[in-house]
Amino acid sequence: MKRLFVKGNEAVAMGALEAGCRYYFGYPITPQSDIPEYISREMPKLGGTFIQAESEIASINMLLGASACGVRAMTSSSSPGISLKQEGISYMAGSELPGLIVNICRSGPGLGGIDASQADYFQSVKGGGHGGYHIIVLAPHTVQEMYDLTMLAFDLADRYRMPAMLLGDAVVGQIKEALVPHPYQQPSDLPTKEWAVSGKQGRSDQRIVKSLFLGDGELEAHNWRLHAKYKQLQDNEVRCETEHVDDADLVVTAFGSAARIVKTAARMAREEGLKVGVIRPITLFPFPIATYQQAAQTVKKMLCVELNAGQMVEDVRLAVNGKVDVAFYGRPPGAGSLPTPEEILVQIKKHCG
Amino acid sequence: MTTVLKNVFDRPVSLKDVSTHFCPGCQHGTAHRLCAEAMDSLGVQQRAIGVASVGCSVFLYGYFDIDVVEAPHGRAPAVATGVKRVRKDDFVFTYQGDGDLAAIGTSEIIHAANRGEAISVIFVNNTTYGMTGGQMAPTTLPQQQTSTSPTGRNVASDGYPIRMAELLSGLEGVSYSCRVAVNNPKNIMAAGKAIEKAFRCQVEQGGFGFVEVLTTCPTNWGMNPLKANNRVAEEMIPYFPLGVFKDIAPMGQEV
Repeated sequence: MKRLFVKGNEAVAMGALEAGCRYYFGYPITPQSDIPEYISREMPKLGGTFIQAESEIASINMLLGASACGVRAMTSSSSPGISLKQEGISYMAGSELPGLIVNICRSGPGLGGIDASQADYFQSVKGGGHGGYHIIVLAPHTVQEMYDLTMLAFDLADRYRMPAMLLGDAVVGQIKEALVPHPYQQPSDLPTKEWAVSGKQGRSDQRIVKSLFLGDGELEAHNWRLHAKYKQLQDNEVRCETEHVDDADLVVTAFGSAARIVKTAARMAREEGLKVGVIRPITLFPFPIATYQQAAQTVKKMLCVELNAGQMVEDVRLAVNGKVDVAFYGRPPGAGSLPTPEEILVQIKKHCG
Repeated sequence: MTTVLKNVFDRPVSLKDVSTHFCPGCQHGTAHRLCAEAMDSLGVQQRAIGVASVGCSVFLYGYFDIDVVEAPHGRAPAVATGVKRVRKDDFVFTYQGDGDLAAIGTSEIIHAANRGEAISVIFVNNTTYGMTGGQMAPTTLPQQQTSTSPTGRNVASDGYPIRMAELLSGLEGVSYSCRVAVNNPKNIMAAGKAIEKAFRCQVEQGGFGFVEVLTTCPTNWGMNPLKANNRVAEEMIPYFPLGVFKDIAPMGQEV
């Protein structure tokens, strides 16, 4: 297969089209506009539909409508736009609709800035809208993963009948590096979409896609069913990369762009003889709890590095449950606040001491 | 001599044989029936997908024997856009109240109309938020008392009731836009024809059709059904005139 030199955002678009997504609904926002630009150019060639909607709210609801018909569909945006989509994401979660939402995260709060940020971690993994739900959250850290995890997101969304989010940021969205595109292979065990609306077409039953349940006990039962799926995800779909955890005194953990910096810093530390390992969650929901628990048996300390003031660190601490000390290093995002490997190395040395 | 019995009145097949939850004197039931008759008449029930909105009309799937997607408040035209772009050969319509369409959902309706989406929109205007208990709506008439305009709608601070059928008729993407009422048999007949025309506009020409239906809300108006019905003619129609505001084929030819 040919190696291409492409941007992370383009890799998302390429992966989506390769995975059979033929419906895209979006609205321009930096730093993700390469995605709608690529798709608006390539989608018509495939006979698909690209709509630049009037708002983020409209685009997530167009996604809801298309997903209700059983097709692979997506939207993409960046943090302020993702906030606007939260209503629709909650409705999709309640209505058990698959679909891909890409967040190329930028700094906030409010209009914030256009720099790389991981400050949407809580919003992504804790259910950013109302009602106590979760969605699948995948965190790519390379252009190749932007492509691969986009495909995986569609598969997981379809398998569990729930929305999936690809949580990138301005670094992995805008960076250009090698991509080896490969043909999409659909898993053979994906369920057929018996629930999708199509007009009755002679069926005796109606198909209804909805999130309103008013009958006595109905909504509680519905919610327990959703939570049973979250448990299944935890049992079956956790993905995580580890480096040198077995003999490590210190495990440094980070996701997405922060993990690129951390991996470099950890290699520098190893070269200096420090026993440093890395845990990089690929799925943020489901969270790799067991990996942290296992590491906590052997390491002396953990250090969580994020491009924010400390969010995932709370989940790491919950996972290890006091077994080891979990330190944090991060800076609120904005122009000039992206840490260097050397900066992380100083932290590593501090916590290895 | 044998007697030949001819069936002259029946329930449309698009409508389920169930009682509605609507209050006595509410005209949602009439509007529902007219939609069902139009679907029957065009023979689209088996390929119909309804998009339900939030409010009293949310139980669309309980009354129409068709596939239904439930939309968030005001977002039905965006949801219907997604549905229709996938199911191009199906008949897709939204059924929305005045708070849903003319307040929280103004952006979605205007842009779906402006894109000329091949969908039909039934807009039920009863000048109040029914489901939530009779609050002021974007269509509440000047001086009308509601639970959030207890001294009457003050246009100086609350603005004016929005005439959606006229507003949308100014958009290039709209093929058909009209306002009807269901307060007497003559108007019901005309309303049925208008709804069928809007539906036909989608089915035969791929056009965007909009029908605003003036209806009663006796419960929240604090009136009995008869007085509520009289209010439609005495107060609503003078402000919201009945009529066709746009009627062109999608390609711009007169029909």
